Amino acid sequence: MTEMSKVVRTITSLSFPFILIYGLYVIAHGHLTPGGGFQGGAIVASALAMIIVAFGSKWVLDRIKEKNISLLESVGAICFILLAFFGLTYADPVFFKNFVVDNPYLFGQVVTDNAANINTAGVIPLMNFAVGLKVIAGLFVIVLVLAYASTAMEGKK
Amino acid sequence: MDKRTIIGSIFFTIVLVFILFAMLMTHPFGDISESDMDDTIIENCQEETGANNAVTSVVFDYRGFDTLGEATILFTAVAGVILIFRRVLHD
Repeated sequence: MTEMSKVVRTITSLSFPFILIYGLYVIAHGHLTPGGGFQGGAIVASALAMIIVAFGSKWVLDRIKEKNISLLESVGAICFILLAFFGLTYADPVFFKNFVVDNPYLFGQVVTDNAANINTAGVIPLMNFAVGLKVIAGLFVIVLVLAYASTAMEGKK
Repeated sequence: MDKRTIIGSIFFTIVLVFILFAMLMTHPFGDISESDMDDTIIENCQEETGANNAVTSVVFDYRGFDTLGEATILFTAVAGVILIFRRVLHD
């Protein structure tokens, strides 16, 4: 896919940060509002797909290697599984135990009267961040590799 | 009619009959026969998980193992795409 016209590129650069912020907001507030890691990650990945469509996959691949994005995806998966396994190290071991809740740590509070208290829900926001990173990197690398492969194969014909 | 059309229509009829039976035998929509698990999750999710969003508390806490399966599907998709197009990428 070659790059599109200057109008499309300018509009893409203008609207990209807003879509990015909205997706990160959905990920960060996954335990309070509808949404979560998967949905917010899909929003951010669609913004990155817009960049690929507007600027061309070669432009993106010159700036970031697909190996590094897939490394980021694996880091998200490992964080998610490690958080699940940490539940086994506590008393009354359960896989996927919510070990942070009801402790004085970050995200450790139980729900209070304030429904918008973001410092709650224990391990759920951390898993949201891990899954969000995984979905962003995963969908981005799938779209990037497929777009680049279609252009490269067209050139060979 | 050739052989393939006859065999195909026989299979189509069998599948159609099973689908119709399944549609007639489904649980009526909105009719809750056993609501024990729903009530337990709705009443206890705020104290047990600390989350205000009951859906997220089910997805990441009560049924966390299913979410692990979803994450595995995405990982497999990425691995498959990179595996298939590795020659195109590294030429």
